[in-house]
Amino acid sequence: MSENSSSATTKISTYLTMIVLIVLALSMVALISSVNLFVGGNEVAAGYLLVIGLIAMALSLYVMVQSRKRIADMKIEAPKVMTTIECRKCGFKSVREFQRGDFVFKELDPCQKCNEKMLITAIFKEVREREKPFAF
Amino acid sequence: MLAVLPAVTGQLGGAGDSISQILSILFYVIFIVFLFYGQRIQMYVMIREVEGSLYKLKYIKDEGRRIAIETIKELGKPQTDPSARVDRYLDYFTISPQSMDPAGIVYKLDHILDVRDTRLKDEVKLMAPASDEVQVNNLENTLEAAMALNYIYKVVRHYYIQGKKTLSLYIIMQLQMILPLVMKEAEAYASALKAFAYGQPIGDGVGPLVAAKLMHGYETRKVPKDCVVAEVPLEGRTALIMKAEGPGGNVGKPGDAIKAVIEENKGKIAAVIMIDAGLKLEGEMVGEVAEGVGAAIGGPGVDQYKIEEALVDYHIPIYAVIVKEDIGDAVSPMRKEISDSVDKVIERVKSVILERTKEGDKVIIFGVGNTIGIGQ
Repeated sequence: MSENSSSATTKISTYLTMIVLIVLALSMVALISSVNLFVGGNEVAAGYLLVIGLIAMALSLYVMVQSRKRIADMKIEAPKVMTTIECRKCGFKSVREFQRGDFVFKELDPCQKCNEKMLITAIFKEVREREKPFAF
Repeated sequence: MLAVLPAVTGQLGGAGDSISQILSILFYVIFIVFLFYGQRIQMYVMIREVEGSLYKLKYIKDEGRRIAIETIKELGKPQTDPSARVDRYLDYFTISPQSMDPAGIVYKLDHILDVRDTRLKDEVKLMAPASDEVQVNNLENTLEAAMALNYIYKVVRHYYIQGKKTLSLYIIMQLQMILPLVMKEAEAYASALKAFAYGQPIGDGVGPLVAAKLMHGYETRKVPKDCVVAEVPLEGRTALIMKAEGPGGNVGKPGDAIKAVIEENKGKIAAVIMIDAGLKLEGEMVGEVAEGVGAAIGGPGVDQYKIEEALVDYHIPIYAVIVKEDIGDAVSPMRKEISDSVDKVIERVKSVILERTKEGDKVIIFGVGNTIGIGQ
């Protein structure tokens, strides 16, 4: 049940999509009519229709983008977690993706260079800062 | 903008006449509507905003439940579907002791927290019979994160429905105002879920990580409850390095552990140094190290009370070193900046020892926090 409700929250509502498509179609009609009126010499009416058409198109596209953004925002990105493995004897170091069962100070297979047991020395995620820096 | 519209359209003249009349009427209608229903419109806008966040909270909560169930199935190999038991677990509550007569309340709270811990651990063992001690601890942490998400969702939903039912602007307004902070916390718990499920170290584990680095290679022994201690020579002193026992998700009971070690040494401890993750203020850098005095420990306050009580009995000074991070960093997989701060913390601890104690003294160094993904 929860899976269904969860997927329902991540879909764009068909009602909203229908309205957006209708407004988009009407705005296209308004733009085409404005071109026809402009060719026919009625510049004032053509101007009004052009403005109305452009506003309607911009609004419908904005609503569409916003609803897609809402769904994208809902997904939580799982950051890549890395494991640092070190040989305490020769200093050989490698970084690989985290595997289930890894923990800091866990002993692993022998080192490729000196045959001493390797050790997990760090597990971390790297975060790319999205925040704008402030002047203070 | 609406006020200048009639004037602008009035200047169009000719074909613009009828349009300017329509716009003028529209302007008056909007003006009257806003005059009488402005507050209600504002409320509907807020309700809509809360609704959007509530959808997100529901999604996060459902994801939490799904991850918890999947992890239990994967690690615990249960014979039956654990979903119903998980749902029951998510609704568990703890009643804090009566505080009308506050004397002795710390030990009452301690007892209730012990009962809760045992009860929840037993429940996890029933849900996941094939899991070992480390996995039981990790599963318990995973379920607690899912429980927190479930609770946040229910509380926000409660105020949302109450606000909608009563059409009270003030209920909705209060909810809408604190929602960014609530969402931040919910997102933090959501990222904690996977970390707990996979057994990855979290930001809060910086204290145990420092302690583990100091005690690695030395013999450790268990101290009550769920903690370990190692005797390590450090700058000519004997450091009793302590942390919760890892690598399972565990915070131990630092209050009992410190008290036990002080009593073992008959109070002959020159200083206690506590290392913990500290909440940073906006504008401060993640992984910044700061120093102070006092018991650096969070939680309900039971352990802090016990530590302070033991220290007062023997007149032992207490120092604290913290690593700055926000709530999101504290419960999600450990950031590189926090992991890199470990050496800086060790340097600070060494300088405190050199400045505040004499050669040959004994000092306790406790790495406070959840030791998930950190051995010793």
